[in-house]
Amino acid sequence: MNRLGFMFYQLRRNPLSIIGITLILAFILTAALAPVIAPPPEGHRDAYQIPRSGFSPTPTPPSSEHPFGTTEGQYDILYGVIWGTRSAFRVGVLVVGSVLVIGIILGSVAGYFGGLVDEVIMRVTDVFMAFPALILAMAITVALGPSLNSVTLALIAVSWPSYTRLIRGDILAVREEDYVEAARGVGSSHFRIIVWHILPNSIYPTLVMASLDIGAVVLSAAALSFLGLGAPEGYADWGQMIGYARNWIVGPPGDPMAYWYAVVIPGLFILFFVLGWNLLGDAFRDILDPRLGKR
Amino acid sequence: MELRAYIVRRLLLLIPVLFGVTLLIFAVLQFFSPVERATLYVRSPQQYSQLPEIIEKYGLNDPVWVQYGTWMNQIFHGNFGWSRVVSLPVGKALLKFLPATLELAIFATPMIILGGIFLGSKAAAHKDRAFDHATRVGAIIGWSLPTFWLGLVLLMIFYGFFSGLLPPERLSTEMNLLVHSDQFTRYTNINVIDSILNGNGRVLVDSLRHLVLPVITLTVVSLAFIMRLMRSSMLEALSKGYILTARAKGLDENTVVNKHARRNALIPVLTVSGYIFAGLVNGVVITETIFNFKGLGWWAAKSAVNLDIAAILAFALFNGILFVLTNLVVDLLYARIDPRIRLGAQTT
Repeated sequence: MNRLGFMFYQLRRNPLSIIGITLILAFILTAALAPVIAPPPEGHRDAYQIPRSGFSPTPTPPSSEHPFGTTEGQYDILYGVIWGTRSAFRVGVLVVGSVLVIGIILGSVAGYFGGLVDEVIMRVTDVFMAFPALILAMAITVALGPSLNSVTLALIAVSWPSYTRLIRGDILAVREEDYVEAARGVGSSHFRIIVWHILPNSIYPTLVMASLDIGAVVLSAAALSFLGLGAPEGYADWGQMIGYARNWIVGPPGDPMAYWYAVVIPGLFILFFVLGWNLLGDAFRDILDPRLGKR
Repeated sequence: MELRAYIVRRLLLLIPVLFGVTLLIFAVLQFFSPVERATLYVRSPQQYSQLPEIIEKYGLNDPVWVQYGTWMNQIFHGNFGWSRVVSLPVGKALLKFLPATLELAIFATPMIILGGIFLGSKAAAHKDRAFDHATRVGAIIGWSLPTFWLGLVLLMIFYGFFSGLLPPERLSTEMNLLVHSDQFTRYTNINVIDSILNGNGRVLVDSLRHLVLPVITLTVVSLAFIMRLMRSSMLEALSKGYILTARAKGLDENTVVNKHARRNALIPVLTVSGYIFAGLVNGVVITETIFNFKGLGWWAAKSAVNLDIAAILAFALFNGILFVLTNLVVDLLYARIDPRIRLGAQTT
């Protein structure tokens, strides 16, 4: 408990981590209050489907009716980015959560038992890591049919190996400790040793760092959506909204920046979301890395 | 020195990894219908009309393991299939798109590695001072930027606002015609090198203008990553006893930082070069797509979106080979940087 208190003390001292926490809280609020900030119009069936006013491809600039303007296909940008926050959290939390569960199970089995099991698991991670992650994720998404769920599954499939390796390393570091030896001596089962003695003493730093990877996961998901492999047409999703703006980077002659809002606004949402997690991650890295010395 | 034996052993390790990669692709393939998979065996446009015969001939309705055997057999006979999206046999397509990607890599890689190491160690040497804070904020923002969005915004400014200053694609239409005419010999298909060999200044300037934005887009994220890593490992090295000794015996600060600390700090950076390589491949795919820079990444992305399985497979195998070779080079570098590490000793 004392260690935890010290951690929070250090977090509070670091202005960058304060900015990070503020950003993340702001996004959590945005996601929670989405129906209040951007209420779905009357009789709208699926709240995640962005309402559109017309079918003209040309984006229209911000107005009182559409505070952030509309993007290609007259989708309201404000509505899209607000509800897109929910999509982002869903993908991020689901992927990181599942990957951690897989990583903890496979990593502790490999690290604790060693030998053939270890060898097999590690070689499988080798194969996955030799594969270009984005292309594998793209292929899996296409194979499962483009949707946000496919993106989630694809990202789980490409990111579990590195977590498994990290956790295996953590386990290896404490496997020969005296308290593990003692637990073995009094006849504890393997399961009990792993769950009660090894995991609590080894994986917290990795767990903390991994949960902050939500930002990175959302970044990859946005890239897939941007390429047209993620959310279905008109679904509130940041990557897709940038995808809509792709044909409108350069405005008509004489006004080259005419459609800036369609490109810039959804991108800023992704940037700030990822930035929040990374700022917090950076602060934690310094705190959790004892080699950097007490400050 | 058993260097050669070591390299041979490491290259032999390629085989199981590549074998695994084919298994993985094959597993993904099982999601597709026999008709879709039949395109893997097509080698010319004419064969497209004979898909039912191909399904029959290669037994695509057979049990999975039989199919895997036939499939591997085809690959051993050099039949990687036909890339639909570019209407070329896969081997030819690979050779066609490789130079563009190499051209990007030639400029981006040194910037990423040397820039990252230089900025990172400078930040560590100036810990908690302005330079350190500036690079820290810069790195975190760079690390958080969506690559594809950065590319679009750069295009918006330098192609839109500054009307065509730094355009997308590899060459302007005019220069493209010139390059493909008789007056220009294409030695390597890497435009920058070819234009120098041909002594053609206009093509050189044009290709460089097309390279600036993609190279920046590709560099930012990886540079930020290496820089942060270099900073923390440099900080660790600087706190070691031998640094104190070096300073105590009166060595000047530059020698201490550049020789004693940096060499030791490089090792953790090398360790993650596998990750850096993987990140670069992702970056290449996205960058080339944004800038319509027709290289391997552009081809792979287009193939993945259009279900061009033969092309995805080739790209994955090619990437797997590169990945293993990169790791081999890194391990050889290890031994150069740190004389204590002996090759071949079991480290995993």
